[in-house]
Amino acid sequence: MSDVHPHARGGFIEHTLEGLHRAMERAMYAESAASRNGLLQRLDARVKVAGLFSLIVAVALAAKLWLIAAVIGLAIILALFSAISLRALAMRAWLGALLFSGTIAAPALFLTPGTSFHGLPITLQGLRTAGFLVLRAEAAATLMLVLVYTTPWAHVLKALRIFRVPVVFVVILGMTCRYILLMLQTAHEMFESRQSRTVNSMTPAEQRRLAVAGSGVLLGKTLQMSGEVYLAMQARGFRGEVYLLEDLQMRRLDWVALGAFAVLASVSIWAGR
Amino acid sequence: MLFELDRVTYRYEGVTAVDDLSLLIPEGSRVALLGANGSGKSTLLRLLGGLIFGQSGAIWFRGEELCEEHLGDEAFAFPFRRSVGMVFQNPDVQLFNPTVFDEVAFGPLQLRWPKSEIRDSVGEILNRLRISHLKDRVPHRLSGGEKKRVALASVLVLDPAVLLLDEPTAALDPRSQSEVIDLLVEWGGGAKSVITATHDLGDLEDIADRCFVLDSGRLTAEGRPDEILRDRELLERTNLIHAHRHRHPSGEVHSHAHLHKDGE
Repeated sequence: MSDVHPHARGGFIEHTLEGLHRAMERAMYAESAASRNGLLQRLDARVKVAGLFSLIVAVALAAKLWLIAAVIGLAIILALFSAISLRALAMRAWLGALLFSGTIAAPALFLTPGTSFHGLPITLQGLRTAGFLVLRAEAAATLMLVLVYTTPWAHVLKALRIFRVPVVFVVILGMTCRYILLMLQTAHEMFESRQSRTVNSMTPAEQRRLAVAGSGVLLGKTLQMSGEVYLAMQARGFRGEVYLLEDLQMRRLDWVALGAFAVLASVSIWAGR
Repeated sequence: MLFELDRVTYRYEGVTAVDDLSLLIPEGSRVALLGANGSGKSTLLRLLGGLIFGQSGAIWFRGEELCEEHLGDEAFAFPFRRSVGMVFQNPDVQLFNPTVFDEVAFGPLQLRWPKSEIRDSVGEILNRLRISHLKDRVPHRLSGGEKKRVALASVLVLDPAVLLLDEPTAALDPRSQSEVIDLLVEWGGGAKSVITATHDLGDLEDIADRCFVLDSGRLTAEGRPDEILRDRELLERTNLIHAHRHRHPSGEVHSHAHLHKDGE
């Protein structure tokens, strides 16, 4: 056939399906990682939320790059002791944070006035500014991923409510998690259906049209289903508050961990001045 | 009276889903809301469940008006949610917890039952629906029939006096359909009110003792299941039955009104 494009055959739909499949796998990984028998999984959710957030505050206040790097090192150690793979951290935290913060920080390399760095068109001061931004983003992303991968989502939400985070914020977080899964599932079904009806390959223009049309339909479907999820929650008495079947209880290990986090965060803030 | 609707109208995005509807549903009745797709059955169930509110008219539940203001008050909302359970057509929208056990425990937790009672009730309903083996599974990874059972369990655990069901057997295999119908027929030993929205006439006489037929959001007819099923003109007019064209072994091809019933 004259309009066959051998290199692009099924590529767009298949790649999209693979991407969606990976995204769903990631969501499943978070759920299974939280139930593993690791160091942080044994701690009360409140200790983890308070401890890891205090380290993020220390990183945000730090004026020394080595200190931020040390906190990232600490987060990696915690992750390894909590059965979280370095690959998961690299793929889901470091890469994303690097791309996002790197894009924002890149102009600072060239635009910040100062001493030229080894004759290159970037300055030492620019490098330092960009380094702070990227490392802070990496540290925050790593600490947050460690929290999410070691704590059931409902426990994170409950802990946030205990720390007086407003109901509306917690509800939005909780619903977002469910909506993302719904959206992935819907998108997966849409593209599978499309794949089952695609015999020939598509031209790049057709692929673009499919992507645009698919995005619009997906958004509409997800909005409709999201509304139904909220109604289904309301029908069972949901009024915004988070309740857990297990009582959050502070044991000796939790108090020790809380103390350790307090000391680490205090030392980090002091050393990073 | 369990529910009393007085000239209720509900519109969304320019479409009138429920149009000037008035009807009475007594306590302990088993009601079927019949109608083709888009007739307003699901919208009516949501109105009865206090999940959406009409632009005009009023709905009373046991003599108290069902409105946003009343449902914003815990003193009304808690007993109402405890009394009225709703099972959605698409079980996916009802499953949003990490495990089946958490899913079924969600309602009782929201209504702040004692935790020991929650554990006992969840275990009991999982056994009753024969899904105990699924209790640690992730709900959205289950099969369609399993999801439907979990969705049912998540509502039945509250032991509501009124059950609102939106197409309870939709997309189920024949065996699961019959199991769900048996469960609903036996459930509550006849002391509960069950309001089912459906366009499947096959099990009508099992699940209902009163039928309301809707067409374009309006009440077209009401009566006992046998009366409704006998009225072929009504069923054809409201698209509940259709002309079915088929070939006999003799080679003769003909068409006639077709009603979906078990074994037919």
